[in-house]
Amino acid sequence: MQANRKLLKDLTPELEKTSTGWYITFIVLLGFFLIGIYGLIQQIDKGHIVTGMRDNVVWGFYIVNFIFFMGLSYSGALISGVLHLFNTGWRKPVIRLAELITVISLVIGPFFIFFCIGRLDRLYFLFTHPRIQSPITWDVIAICTDLIGCFIYLYLSFIEDFAILRDYEDLRVAPWKRRLYKTLSLGYNGTPKQEKLLSTARKVMSSMIIAIAIIVYSVLAWIFGVTLQPGWHSTIFGPYFVIAAVFSGTGLLIILMWIFRKIYHLEEYITKRHFVNVGVLLTIIAAFYGYFTFSDYLTKWYGSIKMDSILIDKLFSEYYSLFIFANYIGILIPGIIIALPRFRTIPNITIAAVIAVLALWVNRYIIVIPTLETPFLPIQDVRSAWIKYTPTWIEWSLTFAGVAIFIMLFMLISKIAPIISISEMQEEDKEEILK
Amino acid sequence: MKQKEQSLPDKSSRRNFLKNLGTGVGAVTLAGVGGTAAITAGKKAKSGEMIKLLSPDGKLVEVDKDDIKPAEKSVKELKAKAKTGLPGHKFIMVIDLAKCKNARKCVDACQEGHMLPKDHEWIKLYLLQDDKNTAKYWFPRPCFHCDKPMCVSVCPVGATYKRDDGIVLVDNERCIGCKFCMTGCPYSARVFNWKDPEVKLPADHVYDPETNIPPVEGTVGKCVFCADNLRKNILPRCVTACPMGVIYFGDILEDTVTNGDETVRFSKLMLDRAGFRYREELGTLPSVYYLPPNQRMFPVERGLDGYDEDIKGRYNDVGPR
Repeated sequence: MQANRKLLKDLTPELEKTSTGWYITFIVLLGFFLIGIYGLIQQIDKGHIVTGMRDNVVWGFYIVNFIFFMGLSYSGALISGVLHLFNTGWRKPVIRLAELITVISLVIGPFFIFFCIGRLDRLYFLFTHPRIQSPITWDVIAICTDLIGCFIYLYLSFIEDFAILRDYEDLRVAPWKRRLYKTLSLGYNGTPKQEKLLSTARKVMSSMIIAIAIIVYSVLAWIFGVTLQPGWHSTIFGPYFVIAAVFSGTGLLIILMWIFRKIYHLEEYITKRHFVNVGVLLTIIAAFYGYFTFSDYLTKWYGSIKMDSILIDKLFSEYYSLFIFANYIGILIPGIIIALPRFRTIPNITIAAVIAVLALWVNRYIIVIPTLETPFLPIQDVRSAWIKYTPTWIEWSLTFAGVAIFIMLFMLISKIAPIISISEMQEEDKEEILK
Repeated sequence: MKQKEQSLPDKSSRRNFLKNLGTGVGAVTLAGVGGTAAITAGKKAKSGEMIKLLSPDGKLVEVDKDDIKPAEKSVKELKAKAKTGLPGHKFIMVIDLAKCKNARKCVDACQEGHMLPKDHEWIKLYLLQDDKNTAKYWFPRPCFHCDKPMCVSVCPVGATYKRDDGIVLVDNERCIGCKFCMTGCPYSARVFNWKDPEVKLPADHVYDPETNIPPVEGTVGKCVFCADNLRKNILPRCVTACPMGVIYFGDILEDTVTNGDETVRFSKLMLDRAGFRYREELGTLPSVYYLPPNQRMFPVERGLDGYDEDIKGRYNDVGPR
């Protein structure tokens, strides 16, 4: 397959050689990852007693991280799904990043459930003894479907690029990589028939992925929503979780755009236009997300239901700083930065995105923990050390290990395949020539 | 004769048949295991002395004495038994809040009887106050064995289940420890084994969900209404241990409850004392009823007399709720 020479020359160096900086970063991250593994071994050896979770707060950091990572996977559903479906032109340089976020976070997310489960050795019971009335079973089905769907979608977007790399003689890479490209390109030569097949498949998958993603996150929300617990038992939880997920996914996309643009020198391809466009998307989503948050808390606060009042009191006292950060700063600041044109610089938009993503994690935390600390019967007749949830170093280490492996997987993939879709960019060139 | 039996099954056997269908293969294998364990096909010399036995399907059969060996308790068998429950019963509990003075004997008896670690209470004692203008009262809380149990609905692997006799049990050999039942239960009735409980078991101990001994690390445990005692026609441990006769236990189908000292009509007790269930509005339909704490026998503060700081410190959070 013929490809734009300049594009290839700009994008392939990262596949050909690896810098010292890359190795150093990788080793540091590997260190974090190994600390996490050590923590996990401790937990398996001594039992869950080493975590901060106890009989009231039975779900802690692990579940928060699980929902958080699953939420990040939305960037793919949104950017690659929606934008692909509506054929938005500017998406092309960022589409691959978004798809990678999706698949990688979908792979990492469920691991946090594994850490939370008391009997990891019996995990397969979920498949051998499933009960369909349990939302966890719905979740197992939904996540498996999503994972397979997103893998297929990602792979479909890679085929053309693998074919281009296979046919690019000047590529100076190890023979195993060449063989890999040859195998993975599945004999794609860009014949009209192949092109048509591929584009149809991608179109079908992009619409399917949107539907699946909505189902996955709604089911996740219903794990909380179907219980009777104050704060969780809410009809808004399904759509609220979906919009929150899109919010964090979009935020993370901006952050990764900034990182890869800097490190891999993609200034020419990922421009301010992309930051502004994705940023505006983030603002619109922030508006929806803020509206849902407000609506949820207003109804709880305005009424006089005792358990709701106790929960709101707790959020406004013990968790006040977290509440302010998650639900005021995390939503308003990104909105303001991006909405006002004079603040709209690439670093500012990136800072806004960082705030958004961090605030969303805190938002998940104050959804999960305070409710568990507010059961219908007051927490009594337990050891005082068991009342309040404080994560231990093991939970922290596994959280950081999750972030570390997320970045490591990104780094590894960026050495095998270009982080910007070459084939998509070529199409953009063609379109521009036609104009 | 045989044909007649088959063509005219009586009501109870038809019910049993349906029940067996419902509980699945478990009950069928129970019969199979029971049969083969007791009678083994012998190939060696026989004594010639025949013994009459009742087979699992109720037929009188003859077996050579040498072919008989003692049946082993099998987990499979016990599990199937624990799934079916006691036919023709629907167990309930009534707790008289007027009599409770936090003697904590129910807690001790329960922990001892179920070999629980000291930091595990299947029955807990709360000191509640509904509003600042209302009285404090002691509130023992076992598992409510709800008729619409959230914990059973949300369990992804069927480790926790509801029996026909009203009891909700946990099979800790099936439990994966996802703790969803713990967040599902609105009464905080479930405990998690955060570490290895290190229970010393008798050598011939066989796991039975009806006692849930031993507790297994990484699984969930809770009050079982002493289902093992009920099978032996003995009252639950907390009922007999209570010095005040606070806890009544019985069968709603027989309309009778007893605290060991006195046996009363359940419906009359409810009527006379205006019995209620905790948080009826949640719609879980508990099997545990409460009698209001009126005309109490002790001032509520006496409940803390004589306890060390550890126990006293557990009731710091008392207030209007």
